[in-house]
Amino acid sequence: MKIIVGLKQVPARDSLLRTDASGRWIDESDLAFEINEPDAYALEAGLQLKEKHGGEVVVLTVGPPRATQSIREALAKGADRAIHVEEENLGRWDTLGVAGLMARALEPEKPDLILTGLQSDDLGYGQTGVVLAELLGLPHATIIMQVEKVDGSIRVKRELEEGWFENVEIPLPALLTIQSGIAKLRYATLMGIKKAKTKEIRRVEAAGIAAGAAPAVEISSVYVPHKTKQTEILTGNAQQAAAALVERLKFGARVL
Amino acid sequence: MSILVILEQRGGVWNRMSFETLAAAAQMGREMGQPVSAAVAGDRVAALAAEAAAYKVAKVYAIEHELLARYTADAYTAAFEQLIRSANPDLVLMPHTYRVRDFAPKLATRFGRVLVSDAVGHRIEDGRPVLVRQLFQGKLNADLRFTSAAPNFASIQAGAYRADSLEAGGGAVESFAPELSASAIRTKPGEPFRESQRGVDLTAAGIIVSVGRGIKEKDNIAVVERLAEALGGELAASRPICDNGWLPMERQVGSSGQTVAPKLYVAVGISGAIQHLVGMKGSKTIVAINKDENAPIFEVADYGIVGDLFEVVPALVEEIKKAKG
Repeated sequence: MKIIVGLKQVPARDSLLRTDASGRWIDESDLAFEINEPDAYALEAGLQLKEKHGGEVVVLTVGPPRATQSIREALAKGADRAIHVEEENLGRWDTLGVAGLMARALEPEKPDLILTGLQSDDLGYGQTGVVLAELLGLPHATIIMQVEKVDGSIRVKRELEEGWFENVEIPLPALLTIQSGIAKLRYATLMGIKKAKTKEIRRVEAAGIAAGAAPAVEISSVYVPHKTKQTEILTGNAQQAAAALVERLKFGARVL
Repeated sequence: MSILVILEQRGGVWNRMSFETLAAAAQMGREMGQPVSAAVAGDRVAALAAEAAAYKVAKVYAIEHELLARYTADAYTAAFEQLIRSANPDLVLMPHTYRVRDFAPKLATRFGRVLVSDAVGHRIEDGRPVLVRQLFQGKLNADLRFTSAAPNFASIQAGAYRADSLEAGGGAVESFAPELSASAIRTKPGEPFRESQRGVDLTAAGIIVSVGRGIKEKDNIAVVERLAEALGGELAASRPICDNGWLPMERQVGSSGQTVAPKLYVAVGISGAIQHLVGMKGSKTIVAINKDENAPIFEVADYGIVGDLFEVVPALVEEIKKAKG
């Protein structure tokens, strides 16, 4: 089975975020970056399917040169090779534009299965996978907690709201968006890290494959949300703050 | 100019977020001077459409077809695409449900458009909507504008608008018969199911102490467990804790877990991603303990302590024991 895993590099989870001079994005200059967590789960699901059924796992990333670091990490975990669509300024593409770049980068490939995380931790649109499926004419299913191969098709467990699930059977080729927690994430081994250095990364210039459609939506401003609730921050050392809180819970909120 | 709201039902039961989205549309419609229509799809939805038409709407489309009895992305996308091409709305609004997340990006792509997903608010500028949505798990907000001609698409976050603001009215019900063929539906969904009877009913708890990523390791959970014990509350968690298998899934609070509204909710080491907030923001009193003063959890907290949970929580346990004598 040839499995493509869409992987995005995003600012590290604990980053302190500031808006940049344009006011339309964040200042990325001092940030550390990491693999988008839901995509890490998509990679894990892909690697496990390969281990069970054979084939190859190919990582597909759209992003600036710094994303190479995340691609190497995925290769070290066991992906076989990667495609890196290089784009210095991701912000000039909307979801449809990014999915279009992914679709065109995949033209030489004939994947059986495409996996993406269900959303990114930065923009959080939660739709790149589904849009890519539509552009490629593939069936899809979202928010997947389990994947099982039955000949010619797959059976997946979809998460619905409030603890409900449904099983769905989908013919291959297909695209799935993977929910965090589908499997335990592996660490890269030393051997894996060594091997990753020799694995192929096919680089494609975004400008070379762009279809040129103007974005359908744009971010006009990014800002810190206005507070709607009055929060009382209790200060002092741990003991003082704890004592102040207990007093408020006892006499203010009356829950003690 | 007009707004079309796609309402959601399953087995004849409304998803209540449908009416929050209708309320959002009503407000935008008022502000832009545009009529609002709605649509509901299924195998038999005329009665539901009539219910929705009791609100102040121009029209409710009952999209009926036997192939819409059970949800599939292929059938629902095709049905809504046909309605939109025939009704020509400027803006299509949907509730940001799991189902909408499954088909709406596909639907927007059919029109060469991009769905603005999970919007939490809006304002009107020059007669056009500017939608507000969260970035970076709620740490920042962004204003989004449509830069393409109609139709445009957006989905609305749970709880962002109040359904009880809807006015009564009386619109017409119009039936719409999409052309669908069974051979074009590629996925085969089974009957929805629940994993097992829940052992823990968090919704009945008066006090909940919830733990998140800040706890770092499984062995540290005991620290927070002692706080739950001292308060006489239930222990719960945000999704990553359950993903790691540190606590069972049945203790998860959030959009994929349980929705709770206890009299006291203590969030320990939880940053407050929206998926968690929607499951607990209705709590009467919310306490947040987090080392990051910019964590979105402080947005919904009544009381906050910015600090190291491994210092604050044991101190809190001690103070509670003192207070309880």
